[in-house]
Amino acid sequence: MDPTIVLILVQDGIVNGAIYALLALSLVLVFAVTRVVFIPQGEFVASGAMTYAALDAGQMPGSVWLLCGLGAAACLASLWSQRSTLRARGVARLLAATLGLPVVVLLVTRQVAPLHPGVLIEALLALLIVTPMAPYLYRVAFRPLSHASVLVLLVAAVGVHLALGGLGLVFFGAEGSRATGFSDASLSIGPLTVPGQSLWIVGLTLGLMIALYGFFEYTLYGKALRATAVNRMGARLVGIGTAQSGEIAFTLAGAIGALSGILIVPLTTIYYDTGFIIGLKGFTAAIIGGLVSYPAAALAALTVGVLESFSSFWASAFKEVIVFTAIIPVLLWRSLRGGASEDEQ
Amino acid sequence: MSWRILWPLPALLLCFLLPWLPGLPPFWVTLANYIGIAAIVAIGLVVLTGVGGMTSFGQASFVGFGAYTTAILTVQAGMSPWLTLPAALAVSAVAALAIGAITLRLSGHYLAVGTIAWSVSLYYTFANLDLFGRNDGISAIPPLSFGSFRLIDGRLYFTVIWIGVVLAALATGNLLDSRAGRAIRTLHGGTLAAASFGVNTPRARMLAFVYAAVLAAFAGWLYAHMQRSVNPTPFGLNAGIDYLLMAVVGGAAHIPGALLGAGLFTVVNDVLQDVLPKLIGTQGNFETIVFGAILVLALQASPQGIWPHIAHARPRPHRAPPDAARLPPRAMPPHGVPILAVHGLCRSFGGLIAVNDLDFSLAAGEIVGLIGPNGAGKSTTFNLLTGVDRPSAGAVEFLGRSLIGLGAPAIARLGIARTFQHVKLVASMSVIENVVIGAHLRGRAGPVQGVLRLDRAEEARLYAEAARQLARVGLAPYADRLATSLPLGQQRVVEIARALCLDPVLFLLDEPAAGLRHSEKAELAALLRRLQGEGMTILLVEHDMEFVMNVTDRLVVMDFGTKLAEGTPDCVRCDPAVIEAYLGSVV
Repeated sequence: MDPTIVLILVQDGIVNGAIYALLALSLVLVFAVTRVVFIPQGEFVASGAMTYAALDAGQMPGSVWLLCGLGAAACLASLWSQRSTLRARGVARLLAATLGLPVVVLLVTRQVAPLHPGVLIEALLALLIVTPMAPYLYRVAFRPLSHASVLVLLVAAVGVHLALGGLGLVFFGAEGSRATGFSDASLSIGPLTVPGQSLWIVGLTLGLMIALYGFFEYTLYGKALRATAVNRMGARLVGIGTAQSGEIAFTLAGAIGALSGILIVPLTTIYYDTGFIIGLKGFTAAIIGGLVSYPAAALAALTVGVLESFSSFWASAFKEVIVFTAIIPVLLWRSLRGGASEDEQ
Repeated sequence: MSWRILWPLPALLLCFLLPWLPGLPPFWVTLANYIGIAAIVAIGLVVLTGVGGMTSFGQASFVGFGAYTTAILTVQAGMSPWLTLPAALAVSAVAALAIGAITLRLSGHYLAVGTIAWSVSLYYTFANLDLFGRNDGISAIPPLSFGSFRLIDGRLYFTVIWIGVVLAALATGNLLDSRAGRAIRTLHGGTLAAASFGVNTPRARMLAFVYAAVLAAFAGWLYAHMQRSVNPTPFGLNAGIDYLLMAVVGGAAHIPGALLGAGLFTVVNDVLQDVLPKLIGTQGNFETIVFGAILVLALQASPQGIWPHIAHARPRPHRAPPDAARLPPRAMPPHGVPILAVHGLCRSFGGLIAVNDLDFSLAAGEIVGLIGPNGAGKSTTFNLLTGVDRPSAGAVEFLGRSLIGLGAPAIARLGIARTFQHVKLVASMSVIENVVIGAHLRGRAGPVQGVLRLDRAEEARLYAEAARQLARVGLAPYADRLATSLPLGQQRVVEIARALCLDPVLFLLDEPAAGLRHSEKAELAALLRRLQGEGMTILLVEHDMEFVMNVTDRLVVMDFGTKLAEGTPDCVRCDPAVIEAYLGSVV
């Protein structure tokens, strides 16, 4: 194996690792704030990718209808759960957020989709279509369970994953999608040619991480999320609505998932069920990072990405085995260090 | 004799008769066979997840270990399927030991997500190794046979599978009602207390994990000889998720819930796969949409699953036979001999020094009170003495042995029992089941004896001891009530009975009188005196000064982690330093 191949593999690994890092960050965020292990994250990756690909092809993405359906379901679920405390203004806000928004997105998409407005507009529109699904899901599936144990939430997350996987097949069909990238340019560094799309991926990941850091460190909402993550009861006592925190966390996670999909669909063909295995690799990274620490998760994600690209070169059939087995030494180390096994909630 | 004991007889009869009902569609028999195999896996999950509190998405991998082991041994080595059964179970057990050693010490959700990772990794291993036939799998597996009589007819195989289900349910019921099973039942929220009575918590977790894996491998062996071919798909992550869903929907903490869940899941899945495409008019995974939605709604409606709504589960009543032999009592040290010596004990949490250079000693047969204002370090001292927490510095010697570095189970073995300031009883167990945990170290039966019911004589002795201690503290009438249904004060008394079951040399009581009425306090004081008369040494933390002054021989007063005073109650009562600590000084 010559140095050029090593460089190419490392470059590949960093690009994949950046995507896993994004997913790992969102998984850590959702877990810390809501205690939900967000298994459906993979479906958001696939939805983002296929929505963007459909817009790129000038078609109306099926996910718009999914958005309308989920919005309606969220509306009903919220009306039911708040039936004893409803006020006119609250109902108006609820209707605007769960019915109005999807309809507006639907109308905009119908106008814009056939026009080929360019990759950036298409990407933003895809984000706009996919992201609100996450808070809708939170309202429908997880908010009524906010006092349940981590196990019950985990099983519910699996249920949501199953349902979204089936819906993905209905709205996107069984065929794979691919789309144009953000940039055709490429950068030559010595023997290495770095495609522009890779630079976009790494750059956006870094940018997003810095933005998230700023959000958590300097904004009131970010601090509220952190407070909820540290101590839910304490956060409620000082007036932070944990339901609202959960919605924000899900919104961020949905946006990050969709963005990851938009970024990778120019590089690889995405099917309605591809997201799951990509999401699982994000998980592996999040677990290696301990489900609590953002920098550790990001670093672990890079490691997973590089490990994956090297193992696909040496033993491509066992790529997944190697990547998912990589978790074991880490778990072993954690368990030998001990401590974490006392009474769970 | 009750239904609880006699149910296997009619059940076994049904195993032989049901498939031959006239007019029964053959497809129903096939469906029932799938239900039976899934139910065996789900019963394993009852022990692991419902009772033990460990979530596994990876049970399908263990089904795979069982199925592939028998497939390889029968097809490639030509062994008889009956001989491969023990091999299949053993391979799965060894795999579970290895995987469990790595993952089981992780906390709940961590473990659950870890099982996802290794189940994906095992799936791709099955699908890529020549030994496992890669993605095509292994076909032409021989059927089960008696001589030349081959069990190919689904109706014959129904009998085999459902006898297996009955055996699995029976063995699991026996296990959970045994000494080893009690250890598993304490895992859900009661590990700290259980460890203080000698339960080896990591071993109990491992037992539950291996047991569930062995049941899964049994199901895999049945599956391989029914299907007569294996490939990786039914052993992947999705199948593992399905098994967990069955257990959770049916009611993960109950064996009938596992059967119910397996049945509902399999039938509903089949109906949906059949009906939805016709209804909608195109092909698609519509059933997963409906399934996911049902699952989420079911959890929202009832996180406990369906079974508790059908049958209100009551704890199994325990009647100790009156002729059960008494457990041999522990030899008590002679009265007045020093038994516990604490020197320079320190414990700091970061900058906070909870216990600072504490010295005191106890002599056999004494009742000593450890008192002091809130935050003085009394409960921390208890935790240091019982191995729940480790001291930063200092020495503790009990009956000539150093306790430093020993874990809670080892210290319990030496004869130190305790109660807890915040009551720690297992909520899902009856009063007497909680009390009998105290006698854990006085029995020795393992899981195999438990499953085979060879432990009945010993269990009778343990339960007789528990009943005796319950009678002694006056709670005999409540033996079969759920422990958490008693008022808090009485739960504290249950903890006392549990500690007495250890037959301790030294008994540590943490606020035993809190929540008791006046007459109950008087009874408690009398009980402590009686125990003292039998040679037991008692150290108690208590805020009720009347009670303390009444019952103790000597007091040790702590304030801000250090010893403030020591002496007889009268002496301490007049100590100016103590008065200042409690009431503040007169300026």
